[in-house]
Amino acid sequence: MTFSFFILGVLTILGAAAALTLRNLVHCVLALMLAFVGLAGLFLQLDAQFIGFAQILVYIGAVAILVVFAILLTRGTEITSQSIVSPSWVISGIVAAAVFGVLAWTIYSSVASRHPLPAQPEATVKQIGDALMSRFALPLEVIGLLLTAALVGAVTIAMRDKQEMK
Amino acid sequence: MTSLTSYLLVSSLLFSIGLAGALTRRNAILVLVGIELMLNAANLNFIAFWRYGSHPQALTGIMFAIFSIGVAAAEAAVGLALIISIYRHYKTTNLDQIDSMRG
Repeated sequence: MTFSFFILGVLTILGAAAALTLRNLVHCVLALMLAFVGLAGLFLQLDAQFIGFAQILVYIGAVAILVVFAILLTRGTEITSQSIVSPSWVISGIVAAAVFGVLAWTIYSSVASRHPLPAQPEATVKQIGDALMSRFALPLEVIGLLLTAALVGAVTIAMRDKQEMK
Repeated sequence: MTSLTSYLLVSSLLFSIGLAGALTRRNAILVLVGIELMLNAANLNFIAFWRYGSHPQALTGIMFAIFSIGVAAAEAAVGLALIISIYRHYKTTNLDQIDSMRG
């Protein structure tokens, strides 16, 4: 385990943990951005440059900003005095810990995780673009359709009704 | 060099944190954030298996991660639109108070 991996992993995990435990919602989003930066660093460490930068663009540039907008539009900045977790949090915590336990046990006992690291593959943006335009052309079209439908759907759902305007 | 096991452990820990958040938090926005973290853990798995797999030149893991990021973005947009719409109706984003469909 290299030192940079350790730093990035700790950054990601701490950011994620803070994003889901802090009381102030704006602080939660800032911690979420930290987790996304750590993940982008992990992608760069795995020689996936395109995914690393796409992670920064899409998640920090779009998704986190969208969450901030949603928090402001729903007045989430007002800090509530009541508990931030639901009453059944003990059971949920046990379920999550059990999921992690099973996953970690499987990872440790698996043969696949003892693969040696292959030589650094070439994954330039040019190759990714070529693949997207040839072998993955149909999935690309489908994801474009999905994003258009999601955009139209999101606008329709969030639009005010006519009666509400009056 | 970092082994595949450490990447998989980080990703499963991230997934469990996201799951715990999605199950325990009361605010609907933070439930969505938890789901977003779980999807990111899956992305990390895709990239780690792509890097340590036997045919990385096929770029399959990269493609999977690209499409997964696209689907996650669509999910975030629709989910937040739903939360805003629910907030207009109920004047709250507390999931324990949005229970009119409870059986």
